[in-house]
Amino acid sequence: MSPPLLKLYELQKHYPLDKGILRKPSRFVHAVDGIDLDIGRGESVGLVGESGCGKTTVGRMLTLLAEPTNGSVAIRSDQLPDHDLTDLDKQDVNRLRRDVQMIFQDPYESLNPRRTIIDAVTEPLRLQDLGSREEQQERGAEMLRLVGLAPPETFAYRFPHELSGGQRQRVAIARALVINPSFVVCDEPTSMLDVSIRISIMQLMRDLAERLGVSYLYITHDLGVARYMCDRIAVMYLGKVVEVARTEDLLANPRHPYTQALVSAVPVPDPTYERPVPDIKGGVSRPVNPAPTCRFIDRCPWADHTCESNDHPPLEQVTSDHRVACYHAR
Amino acid sequence: MTTSPQRTATTTGAGAEGPPGTPQDGSDPSGRGLATGRRARLANRIRVLRASFRENWALFKRNRIGVVGLVVIAIFAIMALLHPILMDTVWDPERYHPVVGYSAQEVELTVVEEIENPGQEIDLQRAQLRHDPTIQVGDTVEDTIQPAPPSLDHPLGTDPLGRDVLSQLMLGAQTAFGMGAVAAMTTVIVATFIGSVAAYFRGWVDTVSMRSADFFLLLPPIPFLIFLSAIYDLNMVTLGLVFGLVSGAGSTAIVLKSQALTVAVKPFIDSARVAGASGMQVVLRHVIPNVLPLTFLYMMFTVSGAISAEAILSTFGLIDLPMSWGIMIQTANDAGYILRGVEYWWLLFPAGLAVTFLAFAFYLFGRGMDEVVNPRLRQR
Repeated sequence: MSPPLLKLYELQKHYPLDKGILRKPSRFVHAVDGIDLDIGRGESVGLVGESGCGKTTVGRMLTLLAEPTNGSVAIRSDQLPDHDLTDLDKQDVNRLRRDVQMIFQDPYESLNPRRTIIDAVTEPLRLQDLGSREEQQERGAEMLRLVGLAPPETFAYRFPHELSGGQRQRVAIARALVINPSFVVCDEPTSMLDVSIRISIMQLMRDLAERLGVSYLYITHDLGVARYMCDRIAVMYLGKVVEVARTEDLLANPRHPYTQALVSAVPVPDPTYERPVPDIKGGVSRPVNPAPTCRFIDRCPWADHTCESNDHPPLEQVTSDHRVACYHAR
Repeated sequence: MTTSPQRTATTTGAGAEGPPGTPQDGSDPSGRGLATGRRARLANRIRVLRASFRENWALFKRNRIGVVGLVVIAIFAIMALLHPILMDTVWDPERYHPVVGYSAQEVELTVVEEIENPGQEIDLQRAQLRHDPTIQVGDTVEDTIQPAPPSLDHPLGTDPLGRDVLSQLMLGAQTAFGMGAVAAMTTVIVATFIGSVAAYFRGWVDTVSMRSADFFLLLPPIPFLIFLSAIYDLNMVTLGLVFGLVSGAGSTAIVLKSQALTVAVKPFIDSARVAGASGMQVVLRHVIPNVLPLTFLYMMFTVSGAISAEAILSTFGLIDLPMSWGIMIQTANDAGYILRGVEYWWLLFPAGLAVTFLAFAFYLFGRGMDEVVNPRLRQR
């Protein structure tokens, strides 16, 4: 197997809670607390977890919108053959912008209301100085057609407020893909959309990924969406990845108690299907200076002496493509 | 939601979403490629401007006080524009030039002990000095008077130097608009830039600019301008620049920073950064265009302040200007008429009321604009 496009190693992001001028902050939100993840070329990886588990922060670190506190991200893309994302100089950052793009959650807020659609779509080309003005417009129109906003001339000179939510998200997709990136972070791109048009946006994204050979990191809280979109799924809980597996494997044999709870919450169109229902207690713990033990210990039905006396379990291989972080899930 | 395990790939599904306002019936059904020419872009620009103007005008019109302000501003603007035309056609520059004209009026005056009706009477002492030492109370003399009260020749009378007040008032309107425009432009540029940069970059840039804004906020503009005029020769442009700078780096910068802060956290700012925009590119292309409407609102309030400040300063004769409303008041004051303001009303009231009305009109216009640019005041 060729080396992965992105290799996240011990990636951490801590936000200080108490900011003083002279004092060093002592309390941190451990938004992302050391995660390891590989993303292959052309592969879609889903990052699933509940609100506040740090999945968006991972996406923001990969697009350099947030600076990791610790850890590294090795990238092997067309523009950056062998670099560390956390240690790039200015020129490399510019090259990275051609390679890594992002689609945002809220299509109503992710487009500048004062710029036309064609402006928004061609902006990455303009900022990267790719091609002449006519070529950029040509390429922008082609992208609009590709995302289903055809004919382009009826959309190009409109403003975002003249479009519907689904159309705007199509514009956002066109904008992200216009410079041929090899990797796109999708931060819940369908969660703000009407249910009736989610599927068409998801189909569009999957089709474009196949056509253009793009990898996705698909951030979502909905396992159903992740199942449709992703080759592999990583489940996050309070800043940690607790389970990674191929999509069908993860859904059929969830090993971690948290994943089992998530999977049991997904409606399956099969009335005879039965699966064990784990009993998960309480709500999400606060990720402020968490104890070194397993993050899930307060809610876990299997918690015992081993869990209390040891650190957070490492991600360990169960089968060839299934890794889980739990002492009891071997 | 339904999930289907098999991958069906289709790209064209936009029609199912039902675009609002049916953009399908586009303007150019024949062209396959996108019209990328300059003319297409320009035509679109005009279409958008026209649409947004119509919409904003409807909003503005609903608020009566804004319309009143606009009408008053328009009246003064017509006065300012009409002045050079009148000078060229109707008015003889010898008599009507607002600065060097002279038009003394021949009138028959009754000699009295003490003047009660200016323009009809002359006091005994003055009559004896100027005409005939033997003159008595009750006699009449032929004399030229200045200031002369309103007449057909001079609708607003003449000033103590025999110059036409209406002509001065109209030239003063030009000065006021010029000053206001310079001050407004300075405020807009300074405040938008400081506010947006501080809001986007935060950190020490924010600290430095907001502390300096506090300084300018607390700096009283009139005493500061009096102090400045003692050191430098202030003219219309420099006064406008200084006033605009004090207002722009002070209160207006703080207001615009708060507005820019709400823009700077929007996802489209992140989106621009991911697309590769540098900090300055984000500020210029994404932050500033979104705070600009509010900037124009505060520009109106600055114009009010600048017009009043100019009147106050030139009343004290601190500004190097040929003519302005403040100078008209100063002339009346220097000749000793200011304490007899009611008798010689045409010396004080036209200029004084013009300052008040124009400053107030800009304020009202600003309030009307508030409704248009401030989404909180608008019901959608």
